[in-house]
Amino acid sequence: MHQSALVEVDGLVDPMVPQLHSIRRIVWETDDTFTLQLENTGRDAAEFSFLPGQFNMLYVFGMGESAISISSDPAKPNALAHTIHRVGTVTTALSLLKRGDVIGLRGPFGSNWPIEKANGLDVCIVAGGIGLAPLRPVLYSLFRRRRDYGRVLLLYGARSPLDLLYRVELEQWSKQYDVEVLVTVDRSDSTWKGYIGVVPNLFSYIKLDARATMAMVCGPEVMMQYTIAEVLRCGVPPEQIYLSMERNMKCAVGFCGHCQYGSKFICKDGPVFALPQISEFFGKKEI
Amino acid sequence: MTVIETKSRILQESKMLKENLNEVLRKHPFVGDLDETYLQILVGCAKNVHYQEGSYLCREGEAADLFFLIRTGRVALEIHAGHKGKRRVQTIGPGEVLGWSWLISPYRWHFDGCAVAEVRALALDGKCLRTKCDKDHDFGYEMLKRLSDVFQSRMEATRLQLLDVYGSR
Amino acid sequence: MIIIQRNDFDGLIDALKKREYTIMGPRLRDGAIVYDEIGSAADFPEGWTDEQEKSQYRLKARSDKALFGYTVGPQSWKKFLFPPLAKILTVVKKGKAMEVEPGNANAPPERYAFLGVRSCEINAVAIQDKVFMNSKYSDPGYSARRNNLFIVAVNCTQSGGTCFCSSMNAGPRVTGGYDILLTEVAGDNVHYFAAEAGSDKGSEVLKDVPHKNAEPSEVNAAMGLVESEGKTMKRTLNTEGLNKILADNAESSQWDDIARRCLMCSNCALVCPTCFCSAVEDVTDLAGERAERWRRWDACFTMDFAKVTGGNFRLSPRARYRQWMTHKFSSWIEQFGTSGCVGCGRCITWCPVGIDVTEELQAMRNDGDRNEI
Repeated sequence: MHQSALVEVDGLVDPMVPQLHSIRRIVWETDDTFTLQLENTGRDAAEFSFLPGQFNMLYVFGMGESAISISSDPAKPNALAHTIHRVGTVTTALSLLKRGDVIGLRGPFGSNWPIEKANGLDVCIVAGGIGLAPLRPVLYSLFRRRRDYGRVLLLYGARSPLDLLYRVELEQWSKQYDVEVLVTVDRSDSTWKGYIGVVPNLFSYIKLDARATMAMVCGPEVMMQYTIAEVLRCGVPPEQIYLSMERNMKCAVGFCGHCQYGSKFICKDGPVFALPQISEFFGKKEI
Repeated sequence: MTVIETKSRILQESKMLKENLNEVLRKHPFVGDLDETYLQILVGCAKNVHYQEGSYLCREGEAADLFFLIRTGRVALEIHAGHKGKRRVQTIGPGEVLGWSWLISPYRWHFDGCAVAEVRALALDGKCLRTKCDKDHDFGYEMLKRLSDVFQSRMEATRLQLLDVYGSR
Repeated sequence: MIIIQRNDFDGLIDALKKREYTIMGPRLRDGAIVYDEIGSAADFPEGWTDEQEKSQYRLKARSDKALFGYTVGPQSWKKFLFPPLAKILTVVKKGKAMEVEPGNANAPPERYAFLGVRSCEINAVAIQDKVFMNSKYSDPGYSARRNNLFIVAVNCTQSGGTCFCSSMNAGPRVTGGYDILLTEVAGDNVHYFAAEAGSDKGSEVLKDVPHKNAEPSEVNAAMGLVESEGKTMKRTLNTEGLNKILADNAESSQWDDIARRCLMCSNCALVCPTCFCSAVEDVTDLAGERAERWRRWDACFTMDFAKVTGGNFRLSPRARYRQWMTHKFSSWIEQFGTSGCVGCGRCITWCPVGIDVTEELQAMRNDGDRNEI
């Protein structure tokens, strides 16, 4: 079991009280996306550990919290990092922090990508935009035991070449770890020689051994809908398709009710779901 | 290209015997389960082509007398977007089709097609096939059926791209 | 079973006070019977009852002087266990760092005794227990208040105009979950409470209250009232297959019909004893040195409920109403093992436009039946 960053009050864990972490390093991945590398300065300074796919609630003094997926290597809990898309009040506040600044952290919360179920299978990871961030921990874990898996494919799409995350790593991965990496962008200028088009279209260029493939999909909801339609069309069984959902999150522990998706709480039943768990809601309007 | 190079290229192309063209065409997803007689019509209008990286398969505004069945490589569709300059909005890859304007009036290309990775393709004589479609409506239907598939998937992709799903608003 | 005479009722209140309970019970205020602090029996809405219908609530004088002669008012006990406004965090800036303190750090948890908890309300508390104290996470404030809680339940001897607890298996008779259970018999020449303990805590308190053993006739009188109450319930709800009915009707035009009437005012969610949604708000002082995080009640009817940066997953009124009803009557079962509704009827009474959940669900059922033909 993993150690969590939850604080005990009178012997009962108070899930709303954050532990303190300081900013060790800030890396700007694109002009609106950055990675915060954190250091645990909390009262226990105990090792924080997590499973790929889980998220933390990051708190900026006086501004509020934001649910951010963990994007670092699960085997390196001291190198905890979050890749964050600057879109709202709290993420903007996070983007203005400097080295040494302190934030609050609660977590880890949520369900994880079931890597252990992928033993012996081909793994097809499909990411759109910031969706690559919660999947990066999966890749690190797969690389650690590369021989336990068959083919490993990464299909990744972003808005434009300037919006691609982890470009250096993308190149390293394809060379070092025997990963088939296909990258596409929605549009570009003439310096980009890769694919241009939507992520589902990348499936035309690979031939999956569908029944022996586990797919893990993360990205904007509409992108996931089209992608999963394509994955199903290729013949991958629904129970081998996993996705990560997102909703308005305030408490992350199933009390506030905001993150409900149909009958599921995304904070505790998700964010990672096997497709059959949510197929009755997936794609339905305004659920 | 020198005369010697041109000659050797022509030689290489003519080496592609009709039987080989047959096989290659049959294997391309565009052809699929097309009737054998119709396949022969395509064979008669097809030739193997090869484009270096950076060269253009088509230019906006020019007569669309050809269309391409891509075998290897990648073609980027380019549009000139005013102050934004040359924008690439889609790539067409192996197994896909480049060009439908050969069958749709006014039979002119709507974009530039640039080979971003060395391309090997089958070029089909659209002008000739157009006439054949007019004469034999059943054949025409088979061609339109296949092109409709292409329209549909491009339309879906375009719509998805239009949504700008990765944007924050 | 024992009998406590009306004149000795203050003995119960005193026994609870002696044990340092803050006693909450019914009080008459602003034309309604609400729950607030009780000092003695004199604070009760003696001789009052309520008349309830769709979007209607009126108090009416009774012919007797019953203390518990009303049914349920606009408030539920959740306002004490799960306060509408609660501080959950205090954060003080110290240079680059900060110091964090849990919201209830300096205050000991409340010790409440609820006087007059009806069967539907006991069920509602049990339902909220499953939300706030579950195997994964518990709300420390709720847990502490809940552990300290002393429940004096009352059997309903009449049903409210909008009640349908019997359809929801949440009444009318109290069957458990209490420390003391009272059944009031208030007639021309008699006024007493048949009482029984439901726990050691309850027995212990009853020892301090003047009482005598119940005669069979007294027991019968009390039980008779409870029996007849069940027969006066006007509304019913057929809950069979509701899951499927709601799932099948996700795109029904009936939601549009409801949306045309619904004001999205959230009254139903606020008066509901089981609704638990909340929002968090972060505030700082002007100097930017001290921040607090507060939790307040929220409802899925609000426009921003499903908002995320860049959009909103559930904006249309029809989708928001559908969410509330589907959650209450269907999703809740999968999430917590029971229906989220206890049939107290508050949502029907307090809806300003008179939307009746029992009617709407029946209409949906009928629609389905029609389709199958």
